Amino acid sequence: MNSLDFSIVLQAWPYLWSGLLFSLSLTAAAFLVGMFLGTLFALVQHFELRVLSQLVRSYVALMRSIPLILVLFWFFFLVPIVLGHLSGNGRPVPVGATYTAFITFGLFEAAYYSEIIRVGLRAVNKGQFEACQALALSTFDTYRHVILPQVFRVASPIILSQTIILFQDTSLVYVLSLTDLLGAASKLAQLHGRLVEMYLAVAVVYLIISCAASQFVASLRKKYAIAGARR
Amino acid sequence: MFTVLLEKTVDGQRYIDWLVSGLGWTLALAFFGWWIAFAVGVVVGIGRTVQNPFFRALARLYVEIFRNIPVLVQMFLWYFVLPELLPTTMGDWIKQIPPPWGTFFPALWCLGLYTAARIAEQVRAGIEALPRGQDEAAAALGLSGYLTYRHIILPQALRLIVPSLTSEVMGIYKNTSVALTIGLMELTAQARQISDATFQTFAAFGAATLIYLALALIAYQAMMLIDKAVRIPGTAPGREADGSDFDAVKLESPVPNGMEIVK
Repeated sequence: MNSLDFSIVLQAWPYLWSGLLFSLSLTAAAFLVGMFLGTLFALVQHFELRVLSQLVRSYVALMRSIPLILVLFWFFFLVPIVLGHLSGNGRPVPVGATYTAFITFGLFEAAYYSEIIRVGLRAVNKGQFEACQALALSTFDTYRHVILPQVFRVASPIILSQTIILFQDTSLVYVLSLTDLLGAASKLAQLHGRLVEMYLAVAVVYLIISCAASQFVASLRKKYAIAGARR
Repeated sequence: MFTVLLEKTVDGQRYIDWLVSGLGWTLALAFFGWWIAFAVGVVVGIGRTVQNPFFRALARLYVEIFRNIPVLVQMFLWYFVLPELLPTTMGDWIKQIPPPWGTFFPALWCLGLYTAARIAEQVRAGIEALPRGQDEAAAALGLSGYLTYRHIILPQALRLIVPSLTSEVMGIYKNTSVALTIGLMELTAQARQISDATFQTFAAFGAATLIYLALALIAYQAMMLIDKAVRIPGTAPGREADGSDFDAVKLESPVPNGMEIVK
């Protein structure tokens, strides 16, 4: 057993920090895109739009059945081809691993968020819809101002927990050789032959961030429970 | 489209043989990993609910550590870091384990113990969902703590959480793909290797995707059958005794982080 020397981690900190920033921005972007698309997907299924809801259901089932790494490989291969077709000339457009990662995580997480919101929509009391009808609110206003705010509020702990899982999952961009927190650590670890110190340091960073976020979600759960709601 | 899979590879096999061998590793990891996860998960889950504050804290520590570090990082810890931290002779012995097993076992511990933390939370939720009267009745009958868990609490709690364990079964077989990062040639790795060798990316990934879909379907159906077989009479199919759908989601993961809904 060689003696451990964690000074390497301090020296490497600026590089690790930029990796961490990449991880966090990937998480934030995937959260925004995933929530937006996820809400759309959930509404499509909620309204039981004929062909569209079948399509969305299949998409969600597919995304939830295959490993994220395989999805990353698929998108890395497919995105340039699809963009090529969209741009008209049919030739694949090289988009690079970074954009692939952003697109993949956004679309992949949409499937998970949509499932959470779909269940949330089903849990809204029927009387809420009836009350909106009685007030002559349009369908759009009903969902925009009455239904969705309740769904987001009730589901927010689950949505945030899913986001913590998302943050941990961003480490999988390692397979695209991107420089996220783990990627940065791995590159430096191999350069200096200091795998033990680097990987331990990265594990601690992930642990601290995820634990802190979990605590935050737990406190939020207590604070923002809708008054009078069961449990 | 999939005819490429029947072509000969450089090593005299067919590409489909690569896929089948990959599937074998994936299944082996998921299957044996599951039993490690279940055994450890039940013990830790019980630990979260016992009176003794020391064991409670220990179980909590286990769950927090294994749940809050990404599974890929844990994979690296088991594979790269552990042999260096052990005494030299032992570390060297681990490093000399021949190829497939040298990566298979770290991947197995990693997935098993990671999933155990998630199962522990489900077990805890199941135990806490039982009415307190069960505990009190057992105490009134003079049952010891061990007998109470063995004959009263666990038989009910474990049957209650079968639907939510489905998502853990789906989780462990999907996470087997993370083992490719340490060089285990499981299904996703083989698909990528075929794609690199033939440039038939669509066929290679398509075949792997279909296999994963089939596995998901089988896992889901199997868990439904198990649920049907062991369900406590009088509780609604696939639901907890007292809940709407949304309660089921909450019960599945009452604590941050453990939530994935599988319907």
